[in-house]
Amino acid sequence: MKANTYNYKRVYVWELPVRIFHWTTVISMAVLITTGFVIADPPAINSSSEAFNSYWFGTVRLFHFSAAFILIANLLFRIYWAFAGNRFANWRNFIPYTKKGIQNILYVLKVDIFLQKDKKHKLSDISIGHNYLAAFSYTIMTLFFVIQVITGLGLYADNSSWWLPKMFHFVVPLLGGDIKVRYIHHIFTWLFLVFILIHVYLVLYHDYVEARGEVSAMVSGFKFVRAERIKETEEEIIEKTEKQMWNGDTEDE
Amino acid sequence: MKNSVKKEETYYESIIKQGYTRREFIKFATYMTAFMGLKFSAVGQIMEALETKKRIPVIWEHFQECTGCSESFIRSDHPLVADLIFDHISLDYTDTLMAAAGHNAEEAKQASMKENYGKYILVVEGAIPTKNNGVYCTIAGRTAVDIIKESAEGAAAIITFGSCSSYGGVQAASPNPTGSVPVDKIIKNKPIIKVPGCPPISEVMTAIVLHYATFETLPELDSQGRPKQFYGKRVHDSCYRRPYFDAGLFVESFDSEEAKKGYCLYKMGCRGPVTYNSCGTTGWNNGVSFPVKSGYPCIGCSENNFWDNSPFYKRLENIPGTSIEATADKIGKIILGTAAAGAAAHTIATNVLKKKELKENECMGEINENRIKE
Repeated sequence: MKANTYNYKRVYVWELPVRIFHWTTVISMAVLITTGFVIADPPAINSSSEAFNSYWFGTVRLFHFSAAFILIANLLFRIYWAFAGNRFANWRNFIPYTKKGIQNILYVLKVDIFLQKDKKHKLSDISIGHNYLAAFSYTIMTLFFVIQVITGLGLYADNSSWWLPKMFHFVVPLLGGDIKVRYIHHIFTWLFLVFILIHVYLVLYHDYVEARGEVSAMVSGFKFVRAERIKETEEEIIEKTEKQMWNGDTEDE
Repeated sequence: MKNSVKKEETYYESIIKQGYTRREFIKFATYMTAFMGLKFSAVGQIMEALETKKRIPVIWEHFQECTGCSESFIRSDHPLVADLIFDHISLDYTDTLMAAAGHNAEEAKQASMKENYGKYILVVEGAIPTKNNGVYCTIAGRTAVDIIKESAEGAAAIITFGSCSSYGGVQAASPNPTGSVPVDKIIKNKPIIKVPGCPPISEVMTAIVLHYATFETLPELDSQGRPKQFYGKRVHDSCYRRPYFDAGLFVESFDSEEAKKGYCLYKMGCRGPVTYNSCGTTGWNNGVSFPVKSGYPCIGCSENNFWDNSPFYKRLENIPGTSIEATADKIGKIILGTAAAGAAAHTIATNVLKKKELKENECMGEINENRIKE
């Protein structure tokens, strides 16, 4: 067996705004899903205290609504960042409209989902940021978010005097009543849970198989990329060669 | 029914003729003003309208219905409310309550419709079946579709009284064997005021007629065509048990201690949070009670398709087309479980199929480990 590991270079993939977006989503989603299920089926904590003394269910709803507004702002920011951010955050990653994108999806399906052998070993097949399949799943997730936001604000509209939720007054009659809207809102919560499970699993999978910092990337922002994929400047190449010339055969020791 | 006799009388004249005192008349005007949500100074306006305006003829059509709406209506709490419609607003035609029958009744209707063309208010109770040319509801040999088209033509406005004529009601519930539709699916060119409810609150109709008589306009409607002053709020928002909801004190079963204490019925499937009606403020039977007050969860009877949103005593409805008890939660759990099992299987498969790669990574890593400079 070859005695060397590959040379890896650190690439700044996830900028700070992207990481903040990711973890804000995680936290607000956690709050939304938990409080959402509590609101759908509240636990019976029936004490002997009178109603004027407590307000916990009202507080749960308050958390739900607050987290929802944070999520909305967060989402709008990310859409802005899809145009302002670096190449890995760009919106083009999220819609597989190019030949390259479709081929990458097929590659990921073959190698990572159905675990076939990667016979060609083409370096460019390995994604640096999102692979196109993952990115496309986030596009679908964004659609789910939009549905949740629309149904949520539709349900909220009547509680509110603010113009933003009030704009969504049309949702309830359009979808055939509050019950239906609530139902859609509930079903999509489950789909989010399924997404989270698959998403976390696949991140762990990539880290386990590829070992190039998939998990920690969302904390540090860096991923490790094979040195061959990084363009070297002329000076760098000269420097490298000179180093080898001077050091001679030290590397073989 | 005494129809053409009193046509030229004002409301006031006929009210006094009926033996009510002026004091009762003023009380009624004040009551209705408050009920319609108008400012107190509008009492004078209402009284003036009743004293000077001619009565508005009302034709009441019955189609696929249980007559519960009429029952609710004749029990309206203020005696003058019912009298106003039946004797004074002049209900020119109503299958259930008129004295005339058969050809006489139909003739009376035709006469009234002709005489008051463009002026009368048409009240519709019940849905209209459309399947097989509408044979599932015929009156005097004619189908409901036929009759509604004819009566709607000369109507100034239509009030769909009850959930059936507003939304289709029980006969339009899945699978809707007779192809029943609400009035607004057939009549498109007339103002339609929906007064849904199973049954609806009777005073709402009097209020609409009075509003029309007083201001000569129809009351403000919401996006679903319901008068805003009665359907602007959810039952939940005017519910006297709301503090229990916010405090998280819930009834979990009927006949429990919590039920006795009057806790919130949210977990018993109460549709209060999703139902727009004014039960909580007006109450029923002289304001004595309304379902929640009687310890019974709201079933959302004034909402579209409320029959299909079953079971009534659970928060989640069943998914249409699935077996009896398949709720979103059950299906959600199954999907989530499947995904988790899939991930677990994928983990195992990864370790088997990617064995070589994983081993390679490990070996290389180990070699490097041994070469760490001390």
